[in-house]
Amino acid sequence: MNNQRNFFFNVDWITVFIFMALCIIGWFNIHAAVFDERHPFIFDFATNYGKQFLFIMIAFILAIVILLLESRMITTLAPAFYGITIFLLIIVLVIGKNVGGNQAWLSLGGGFRLQPSEFAKFATCLLLARYLSQSNIKITDTKSFLTALAIIGLPMFLILRQPDMGSTLVFYSLIFVLYREGLSANYLIISILFIVLFLASILYPPLYVIAAISVLTFLLIIILRKNKRLITTLLLGLVICVAFIFSVKFIYNKVLQPHQKVRIDIVLGIKSDLRGKGYNVNQSKIAIGSGKLWGKGYLHGTQTKYSFVPAQSTDFIFCTIGEEWGFAGSVIVLGLYLFLVLRIIFIAERQRSSLSRIYGYGVASVLFFHVAINIATTIGLAPVIGIPLPFISYGGSSLINFTMLLFVLLKFDSNRLGIV
Amino acid sequence: MNSYFERRYTIAGIFIVIVIILLARLFYIQIIDNRYAIYASNNVRRQTIIFPARGPILDRNGKILVQNQTFYDIMVTPKQVKPFDTLEFCKLLGIDKAGFDKRWMKAMKYSPTLPSAFEKQLTGEAFASLQERLSEFPGFDYSPRYLRVYPDSIAAQFLGFIGEVSDRDIERSGGYYHLGDYIGETGVEKSYETVLRGQRGVQNWLIDSKNKRKGRFANGLFDTAAVAGQRLKSSLDINIQRLGEQLMKNKLGSIVAIEPSTGEILCYVSSPTYDPNLMVGRQRGNNAAELYKNPYKPFFIRPIQAYYPPGSSFKPLSALIALQNGIITPETTYNCPGYYWAGNTKIRCTHVHGIVNLSSAVSGSCNGYFSMVFQKIIDLNGSKKTETTFTQWRQNVNKFGLGSRLGLDMPNEGKGNLPTSAYYNKVYRPGGWRSSTVVSLAIGQGELEATPLQLANIECTIANHGFYYRPHLIKSIGADEIIKKEYTERNFVGIDSQYFEPVINGMQAVVDHGTAIQSKIPGIIMCGKTGTAQNPHGENHSVFVAYAPRENPKIAIAVVVENSGEGARWAAPIASFIVEKYLKGSISKRESGITPEYFMNANKLPNIENYTAKGKRRAAFLADSLKKAKPDSVFKQKRKKAVNQIKNNQLQNITPESENKKNE
Repeated sequence: MNNQRNFFFNVDWITVFIFMALCIIGWFNIHAAVFDERHPFIFDFATNYGKQFLFIMIAFILAIVILLLESRMITTLAPAFYGITIFLLIIVLVIGKNVGGNQAWLSLGGGFRLQPSEFAKFATCLLLARYLSQSNIKITDTKSFLTALAIIGLPMFLILRQPDMGSTLVFYSLIFVLYREGLSANYLIISILFIVLFLASILYPPLYVIAAISVLTFLLIIILRKNKRLITTLLLGLVICVAFIFSVKFIYNKVLQPHQKVRIDIVLGIKSDLRGKGYNVNQSKIAIGSGKLWGKGYLHGTQTKYSFVPAQSTDFIFCTIGEEWGFAGSVIVLGLYLFLVLRIIFIAERQRSSLSRIYGYGVASVLFFHVAINIATTIGLAPVIGIPLPFISYGGSSLINFTMLLFVLLKFDSNRLGIV
Repeated sequence: MNSYFERRYTIAGIFIVIVIILLARLFYIQIIDNRYAIYASNNVRRQTIIFPARGPILDRNGKILVQNQTFYDIMVTPKQVKPFDTLEFCKLLGIDKAGFDKRWMKAMKYSPTLPSAFEKQLTGEAFASLQERLSEFPGFDYSPRYLRVYPDSIAAQFLGFIGEVSDRDIERSGGYYHLGDYIGETGVEKSYETVLRGQRGVQNWLIDSKNKRKGRFANGLFDTAAVAGQRLKSSLDINIQRLGEQLMKNKLGSIVAIEPSTGEILCYVSSPTYDPNLMVGRQRGNNAAELYKNPYKPFFIRPIQAYYPPGSSFKPLSALIALQNGIITPETTYNCPGYYWAGNTKIRCTHVHGIVNLSSAVSGSCNGYFSMVFQKIIDLNGSKKTETTFTQWRQNVNKFGLGSRLGLDMPNEGKGNLPTSAYYNKVYRPGGWRSSTVVSLAIGQGELEATPLQLANIECTIANHGFYYRPHLIKSIGADEIIKKEYTERNFVGIDSQYFEPVINGMQAVVDHGTAIQSKIPGIIMCGKTGTAQNPHGENHSVFVAYAPRENPKIAIAVVVENSGEGARWAAPIASFIVEKYLKGSISKRESGITPEYFMNANKLPNIENYTAKGKRRAAFLADSLKKAKPDSVFKQKRKKAVNQIKNNQLQNITPESENKKNE
């Protein structure tokens, strides 16, 4: 246990600094987003920026506590965490508080609320890592694969019941973890293909899409004509794709909820109902677009200050960054995230224990999914599914969840030389 | 280690590609596409127009005739309204629940999110009690606005009034006015609109997503300040204007007094008048309707719109023309037998004057003498040349301002009527009329018609011995007291000054020991001429024209009192009071014993019944049969039309408004 004594020396300080930088950027931007002239002071607890400061302090304490814990204790408790989360996800469906159409919140009293779906991300990552790191488990085995899918699928199913589409989709990002652990690349390719096909067949008449995909297939066949087996697969794929395209209209019309349909329509530019459902995204684009290169300056964003963008401090916090800090600020924030995610992959890959590595990929995937979809939403590239920007968006549950995700990894990493 | 190690690069690669896509999109909307910056500024920028205060109008001594008072419109933004004590609010505003609901529906219909006027034009006092409690009613706000107030309630027809712009006004202004703006509709308010209205300012506000103001856009860099309208100094003297309106109370007619040395109008009374304050504020609509219905037509601007035969006051003009052309001399005499034969037409004289010269003809108002002079002028070149000489005569008379507009700085000035030879050619036939045919022109009768302003202007010309300044009501514009150049130019009438003396002698005699002796002012030599304008509908119109003092004249005046009889009896005393008040500042006791109070209290309003009794009976009959008729029958519609026609026609003859005017 020599590493327990000098755990601070083994902590990856680069990651910690990025974490702190993002927290502070978030805090300042929340201050700008919900700035209240009656409470200009950034520490005023009557306001959301005051509360965010409190959350950041709690997150820092939590980070230290995690670093002081035994790694083994965390891994041992993984099934317990998972069990508790699943229990809370069921509870929330019964006694939860409905906010904005999603029954996702448990009231804690004193104005604070807990969002179990946030903690499900951590619990699922940890249990998945623990399961896949067992020596007899190989993702290529059907049984193992299905078990892994079940671990991911159970919280997804429960969260979908709330119904919180955004948080549900976050779990989908764990496909990167499975891919890293040996899942066939086909899954990745096929899932990306199906997303593209889904969007394309909503946007364009099905026959055009079928024509395009047929041409593409024949081109591939000509290139790969020596490999007979692949040609058969490609032709089979074509048939499935065509079947899928025809079923998209059905899925789109019958399975999706009306508000989700509208949100997809907006992103795809089918409906531009700017005063209605498209209002958020349009105002968000105006906010970010009007920031130009250097932005309007701290507390000088007119879109932000005069509350043209709803949910500015939470899901649309990136508007404030884009408007007040301009393209320069956007590049810095996106750069920080990319660096953080790449650093996490780097950390994951240097682990001797496969549990730590798998867990690391889980953290990277979940984080990256949040960042990419959230920012894509604010600039009109993705539907509004309502997921927060890690460390920056206002909200205790989200901040604490990401802190846990990240610092458990840092804890594992500080122990990487020991045997877990 | 494990076998899928290289997959880290694929995953990192996918992440990097996605981040690059996001950055490219950000680059596009933040750097390349400029639309969003424009949208953002449109989002937060709202322009409000700042209305300037309208220019005040003063009298010649700087006393206020009209100024602005601040009133308050209560504005409501329905979306921002929270539940409140409706009853209490109604009480503060002085309305009932039904009235509240009506206004509320109207505001909701206009827009739930934009402010609209809930209650208009609360006075300062009414607003004061509401203002301190307005914060209890979120969504309600106020907006100050300027309205005209008239502290003395006088000179209504001179000042005119303002009203909301019509669609036509907006169109003609080329977009300067907007719906709901105010514009001068009549009087000075109309003719000096561009000076009075000032210059509108613009404020650019920052607003939030709920249309709430958050401050100035760009710190007011693009704002412009409102420039208040310019002050107008009118030529009116508030004291004699007030006196004139009092004297003309319960009478129809007008008083126009002009300063001969400048052309400034000192007194401009049109009676009946009305309180100009009635045309302002919340009751304006009702008041205006009442005034329009008034059979005596208070909106009719008699000094410039009413036409009267000038009568005796016209007589000196032909004589002056004859003197100038050497047709007569002041010594030319005429023996008046009490009538005058013009061809086969016998013109009656007031009495047998015996032998008269120019001066005594003027003072005695001898019809015969002036008919003789007129015939001499027209028949100068023989009766064959009647048309030519008549046209020359007409031109000479026209120089005095008759038969055309004097160019007063007021809208709707009338021309009067000075018939042309073409007119007579039409009525008779070319060559079919002689001096004797039109001889009634010599004594200011016949087709001749003039406005009181034109009559007063003739007196100015006589007082000035042959020229006048263009009469005007606005002495100077703005703080710099700019005087328009056209008001400083003399208009000569083509008569040499020495020819005026005999006429003036005669006019002095009129007041000193002639018809107007009752109106002699102690210590002031006034030269005047009484007149009686024929009125086919009732008693004659009483006319008096004069100027005073004889040396260095200060005031020229024309007074017309309709339906009151002789000029000496009504118009002359009223004129003398105005002249004395203006020259001395007070009215002294008269030898004749006439007092202003008597004239103020006298009622000479014509009885509407006399004019319309027959029409009323007919209307009553029609209305009765209308009741019995079947609804929607052709008969009923015809009768309805007939009733309306009678209603419209009933009052048309009360004021001598010339048919000619309608043909202009």
